[in-house]
Amino acid sequence: MLPLIEVTNLHKTFGKDIHAVRGVDIEIAPGEVVVIVGPSGSGKSTVLRCLNMLEIPTEGAIRIDGEYVTAPDANLDRMRAETGMVFQQFNLFPHLTVLDNITLAQRKVRKRSKEEAEVEAMRQLTRVGIPEKAGSYPRQLSGGQQQRVAIARSLAMGPKVMLFDEPTSALDPEMVKEVLDVMLELAKAGMTMVVVTHEMGFARAAADRVVFIDEGVFVEMGTPDQIFDHPREARTKAFFDKILQH
Amino acid sequence: MPAFGNSSRSHTASLDLAPDTSAPRWTHRNDTDPWYDTFPWWGVIVAVVLVVLGLLVAFNEGYNIAFDRIIPGLWLTVKATVYSFVISCVIGMVIALARTSQNVVARNLARSYVELIRGIPILVLIFTIALVIVPSVSDALGQPNRVPQEWRAIIALSLIYAGYIAEIFRAGIQSVDRGQIEAGRSLGLSRRETTRSIVLPQAIRAVVPPLGNDFIAILKDTSLLSVLGVLELTQRGRQYASGSFKFRDSYLALTFIYLTLTVVLSLLLGVVERRLSQDRKGAR
Repeated sequence: MLPLIEVTNLHKTFGKDIHAVRGVDIEIAPGEVVVIVGPSGSGKSTVLRCLNMLEIPTEGAIRIDGEYVTAPDANLDRMRAETGMVFQQFNLFPHLTVLDNITLAQRKVRKRSKEEAEVEAMRQLTRVGIPEKAGSYPRQLSGGQQQRVAIARSLAMGPKVMLFDEPTSALDPEMVKEVLDVMLELAKAGMTMVVVTHEMGFARAAADRVVFIDEGVFVEMGTPDQIFDHPREARTKAFFDKILQH
Repeated sequence: MPAFGNSSRSHTASLDLAPDTSAPRWTHRNDTDPWYDTFPWWGVIVAVVLVVLGLLVAFNEGYNIAFDRIIPGLWLTVKATVYSFVISCVIGMVIALARTSQNVVARNLARSYVELIRGIPILVLIFTIALVIVPSVSDALGQPNRVPQEWRAIIALSLIYAGYIAEIFRAGIQSVDRGQIEAGRSLGLSRRETTRSIVLPQAIRAVVPPLGNDFIAILKDTSLLSVLGVLELTQRGRQYASGSFKFRDSYLALTFIYLTLTVVLSLLLGVVERRLSQDRKGAR
């Protein structure tokens, strides 16, 4: 099957000194769930943010669904509409209701009518389990609810792939599960997902492939069992020894 | 809430009748504090000044006459304030968008405008704009001396405050979290649409208090327009004073009128601010 995402020799530097990503290659098939793990500062979020060009790569090529998004004339707005992104800090629009948060881009980008957009918004809100919050403002919701709205907002665009940038890291512990459950459902439903997370339980349950990144390079990748239980590289083993000890 | 960069402009400082948050941080206030410690005595003093002046104007014949002579200027003061505020908000928004844009030329032109305005005293700018720039421009357009003095005054005040208000809008735009823009762009919204639907609505909410302050500042600065001879409140006060030599009657009546206006506006602004902050807390 043709890969949905194809990354070749991706580099990203910030300023002169910081070389955050140093030559990353990966192919992701449609329907695949890839979880990227690694120590903080390893470049995992940068890789993810390059995928929808929130960070412009310094070098290398990214193809999504056959199109080079790194081409100088690429239509980034169109590409991003196909690439949902969920942020650590939710980034809901505080001046809009939950419903308007979810309908805004549908109407402006997908050119859907208000009614169409609202029907789709309610469908996605039901999917993430909080249709009753449609009329609320983001600040009236808990962190977990806000993140679920953010997921619904991305899903309403009908993306081909969903990117998650540490979606549970800003949540109180008791709200992590409700968000992970939604993501797990999404994975089961066949959505292509690239997830940066520290939730190893989620990685085991949902990932087709786990990638371990350190110092800007993919150290190794494989099935969750292989990476967690039988890492080949010493660096991978050292990392999991540190975080899984307790 | 960040200070919106107008702390260096002492001339625009207006009465702050909003809730007092300036109490020293190290005093922990609680129920055991005596009431006179937290009571807004300053408000009482302002109110007493206002009432005393009001009584004088109402019952003393001298003040009464002065008031009657001056008050017809209220119309022009209000007109100049409102027009200048609206025009400077429009121009200020354009400048702020230019200052925060990706375009090097636009950014630098906008910055130069702001720096020029801020680097020149308001009074000097009023003379220069009303008596040099506006006539030259209307000459160049083949319409010499067609702009009435009143409008020269309004144009001067508008161009001056456009520079100040641009800075307020800029601060407001930049106070919107980067993540908001990223969220908009990641949904496929264009840069322009993100600015329009996501950044500006939030920026404008954030700048309501400082904008209100500048509205009051403009009201007070219309008194400077008296140097152009337009018959607003201050000019009428000056005329009456110099004609009658009743300086005390004229200027205390004038003081009363301005103070009434600024106190009322400050109170209104306080109400608006409180409502906005309740909004943010979710008391909808």
